[in-house]
Amino acid sequence: MDSRSAGNLLREKFPEAVAGIEEFRGEITVTVETRKLLEVMTFLKENKELSYDMLLDQAGLDFPDRDPRFTISYLLHSMKFNNKLRIKTQVAEGFAVDSVSAIWKAADWMERETAEMFGITFKNHPNPKHILLTDDFVGYPLRKDYDVKGPNFDQPFQVCLDE
Amino acid sequence: MAESRTMTINMGPQHPATHGVLRVLLELDGENVAKSEPHIGYLHRGIEKLFETMTWRQGLPLTDRLDYTSGVSNNLAYCLAVEKLLDIKIPKRAQYLRVMMAELQRIAAHLLWLGTHALDLGAMTVLFYTFRERETVLEILELATGARITPSFIRIGGLADDIPDNFLPRVTAFIEDLPKRIDDYETLLTNNPIWKRRTKNVAAMSAEDCINYGVTGPVLRASGVNYDVRKAYPYTGYDDFDFEIPLGKNGDVYDRYLVRLIEMRQSGRIVRQAVEKLPAGPISAVDAPQIVPPDKKDVGTDIASLIRHFKIMQEGFEPPRGEVYASIESSKGELGFYVVSDGSNKPYRVRVRPPSFINLGALPKMIDGVLIADIVAAIGSIDIVLGEIDR
Repeated sequence: MDSRSAGNLLREKFPEAVAGIEEFRGEITVTVETRKLLEVMTFLKENKELSYDMLLDQAGLDFPDRDPRFTISYLLHSMKFNNKLRIKTQVAEGFAVDSVSAIWKAADWMERETAEMFGITFKNHPNPKHILLTDDFVGYPLRKDYDVKGPNFDQPFQVCLDE
Repeated sequence: MAESRTMTINMGPQHPATHGVLRVLLELDGENVAKSEPHIGYLHRGIEKLFETMTWRQGLPLTDRLDYTSGVSNNLAYCLAVEKLLDIKIPKRAQYLRVMMAELQRIAAHLLWLGTHALDLGAMTVLFYTFRERETVLEILELATGARITPSFIRIGGLADDIPDNFLPRVTAFIEDLPKRIDDYETLLTNNPIWKRRTKNVAAMSAEDCINYGVTGPVLRASGVNYDVRKAYPYTGYDDFDFEIPLGKNGDVYDRYLVRLIEMRQSGRIVRQAVEKLPAGPISAVDAPQIVPPDKKDVGTDIASLIRHFKIMQEGFEPPRGEVYASIESSKGELGFYVVSDGSNKPYRVRVRPPSFINLGALPKMIDGVLIADIVAAIGSIDIVLGEIDR
């Protein structure tokens, strides 16, 4: 089944969960309600007509003016039908999203990265630790309000002062 | 009953066989791995954040610094994403040159991998041979791009420049020579009993596990899954070329080695076809004057070109609102760029899908229960580049 029919099938199966289907440059994006995410994702992987067996990528997006503020974008690939489908879900600051790492192991590291970069919590994540940043890092670098200049290197670091 | 005890040790970050600053925290039961956890991020430079502070054009040199063994491939992936967003057509000559350079770069990256991987496992001779050939490839790339490691040669809308006159003869000479050289490496390794015992049935991954962990590239194909972005989603004119995707059976270190060796031969085949079929014509999109800068000689003589040049260099261009994902088959796996535009001259978000990062995520599964000496073989066989993992 191609990604366009996959989107339509999703809307048919989960009318209350699918908030919208968009197409841009031949890529299909389906927006899904956060509370239904796990159910929809399991369906996408397990259904024989869809079989999205690979999670290719996950990306966080920060829109400070929007409510809910954050968008998480998942890119799925089906080995059997050779097509991609993007699933998006929106989450407000301070709220959690279900982890999909039980469905795709690949999500483990991707979610750790999205979590530390945006400050999004993933519920039931097996190993919720920082991955690229140090354990004592403060702040969420990929948020739009995070200053790109970083710390003031002329001042001593907080860590050094404590020791 | 005897009490079971484990020992925790660090492998890396300063370890010659971890190919950079990778640290693996190992819990050992005797000489076997009971549990392992890779620690990464020592090379994190915030490249995804930096993209957001620059215009679309200015971001290109950042891509060189992801996987520093295959700069051209990274440029290509980023440019394809932005071009998809802009919806512009690239002329055939530029496409063929892109294919040619990307495949030469793949050969160079695989040669680097083969040399260092064999060195890790104690076969030092191979390194001297592969680095000789890699040097030839880098010299060829330097001839056209002016740089060995950080080319930034593939630009949004086409190429930075046409190739020099002596480029094609040197490519042809190298490609004629390459199969014999690969035969040489094979005499050193393929039937070598020591090599086979170090690599066969070591750190094997099943096809299902590979897919579930999102593993791509030679590691996935060594497990017998026929997924190569060049065939699955042909880009930049790969469907014009005749080549095969080598597949392995067992998914062990040995099969990954074989898959990469055959890939080098196939890359040579693609480069030869690209040289033979290379058409004449422009090297940048002709119908996109707001995106492709004018010729240098026009800038000095024509006021309109001068204004255009300044506008592109300083303000850049404004792609339509939207988001696209474009990916290529780099030497490590599927390298993707997910770019989001809010209609301004700077990217709203650039997400890199780094193949090494996701392939490394499967390492704990791969080395579960293996001997400590086999960890080196497993890490080498994934072919990681920390610049891309940490970004």
